[in-house]
Amino acid sequence: MLEVKEIYKTFNPGTVNEKTALDGLSLKLEEGDFVTVIGGNGAGKSTLLNALAGTWFVDEGQIIIDGTDVTKMPEHKRAKFLGRVFQDPMMGTAATMGIDENLALAARRGKSRGLRGGISRKERDEYRELLATLGLGLEDRLTSKVGLLSGGQRQAVTLLMATLQKPRLLLLDEHTAALDPKTAAKVLETTNQIVNASRLTTLMITHNMKDAIANGNRLIMMNKGKVILDIKGEEKKNLHVSDLLQKFEQVSGSELVNDRMMLS
Amino acid sequence: METLFNALPGAVAQGLIWGIMAIGVYITYKVLDIADLTVDGTMCTGGAVCIVMLMKGHDIWFCMLCAVAAGMLAGFVTGILYTWMGIPPILAGILTQLSLWSVNLKILGKSNQAVSVDKYDLLVSLRNVKNVPLHKNTILIVAIFCVVIIALLYWFFGTELGCSLRATGCNPSMSRAQGINTKRNIVLGLMISNGLVCLSSALLVQYQGFVDINMGRGAIVIGLAAVIIGNVIFEKIFRNFALKLLSVAIGSVIYYIVLQAVIAMGIDTDLLKILSAAVVAIFLAVPYWKQKYFMKPVKRAGKEGQNA
Repeated sequence: MLEVKEIYKTFNPGTVNEKTALDGLSLKLEEGDFVTVIGGNGAGKSTLLNALAGTWFVDEGQIIIDGTDVTKMPEHKRAKFLGRVFQDPMMGTAATMGIDENLALAARRGKSRGLRGGISRKERDEYRELLATLGLGLEDRLTSKVGLLSGGQRQAVTLLMATLQKPRLLLLDEHTAALDPKTAAKVLETTNQIVNASRLTTLMITHNMKDAIANGNRLIMMNKGKVILDIKGEEKKNLHVSDLLQKFEQVSGSELVNDRMMLS
Repeated sequence: METLFNALPGAVAQGLIWGIMAIGVYITYKVLDIADLTVDGTMCTGGAVCIVMLMKGHDIWFCMLCAVAAGMLAGFVTGILYTWMGIPPILAGILTQLSLWSVNLKILGKSNQAVSVDKYDLLVSLRNVKNVPLHKNTILIVAIFCVVIIALLYWFFGTELGCSLRATGCNPSMSRAQGINTKRNIVLGLMISNGLVCLSSALLVQYQGFVDINMGRGAIVIGLAAVIIGNVIFEKIFRNFALKLLSVAIGSVIYYIVLQAVIAMGIDTDLLKILSAAVVAIFLAVPYWKQKYFMKPVKRAGKEGQNA
């Protein structure tokens, strides 16, 4: 499904700020895998997702999605394979456009955009039904500007946009981190519904170890630009937060010190 | 007072012609979120192309079409400087604008050129603003131009491509994530904008009966003034995109009426440009000041949980 072969990425090479964010990382995802990704600050989690999304090209290595080598494919072309939800609720939607218009933009991901109407009446009806499944009352605010929605509502809409056209790979970059706990739980629940309903192959970064354990069928831990731990199936089901901390120490030789992770 | 009243039809006609230019500015400034300074150059290019071709004996409609094409080419150049060569948009516009000075001189062969409405079959002229049959009335003709352009743009920005252009201006990273080629869209937007500016320019030279190498100087300020005036006055009532474009055209007419009023009051016309700049500066500052000094702190926590 997804094959990442020894990718490297160094930011600001040759300067004092040089940082190797991805250090020969390899990863293979099977169809339908729901993988949660954890790791300390600067472990390269977001860098990995950005590398997959094509925000920039990797220095070395290869990225293959569903048999297509996308290593040198620009971001907007790669988008046809991917659904993305960002950490910042402002990032995933166009604030000055309506909810319906945002969804219509997402529905045309990977298709050529011509001089046909940007949104049809039939689409609006579909979107209304789809929004109703979120249970946020957004179906009555179809033409409202997205900028008027709360952070949680915007993330829920972004999630719909990311999955409106079934993506080969869904990338979630700490998409609940900027929300209050109650909203975060609701968005995560919606995420599970959508992922399970269409059996989406998913990579979800989270800083919350409980969430990482409770969701998905596989968990990977990153440190210094590498995958240092990969836990699947039964083993993952029986995992506890204390196990994770211990394993991290074993593998990396240092403590997983991260205030944000400890507090949540 | 009487001079002002007499000057009114002229101000309306001129305002509507500049309104087309201001709609072009609206597309870059408001839709794409770029302040495109190319327009100071293209505001002369359109007229230069139009007049030179007219004097070579071409049909006026064909001349105007070529003017639009020239504007789109200029917009294309700015777009390439920005998206492909990585030059910041304001600087990219300035570079194109400066090059257009030479281009305009080469097109014209000299720094100005008169064209008489008696000799050529012009669409509009300042002689045709009053006491002429309706179908020759410049105000009516220019108003029709405005309405047709607004209708076309309203249709275009409702299409898939147009929607993706709006998204590009609003949130480029989201647009790319949705598979939109933001670079191509920026180039396209700059082309449409400068095409409109050149159309306005081609109408303006016919209206005033001459083209001058300096006629584009400060055009961006007039365009912005029209966009801002229209926005401030009609913000609360005009929500629809077509009406917003209309408000820009009306904003331009208001600008020219105020300008005529100021001139009728006997102000030194040398000071007009600094006045325009000051007005635009103040209006641009208002939203910033509003946010900085008059915003109430927003209560967030808790509330969000209930909504979501």
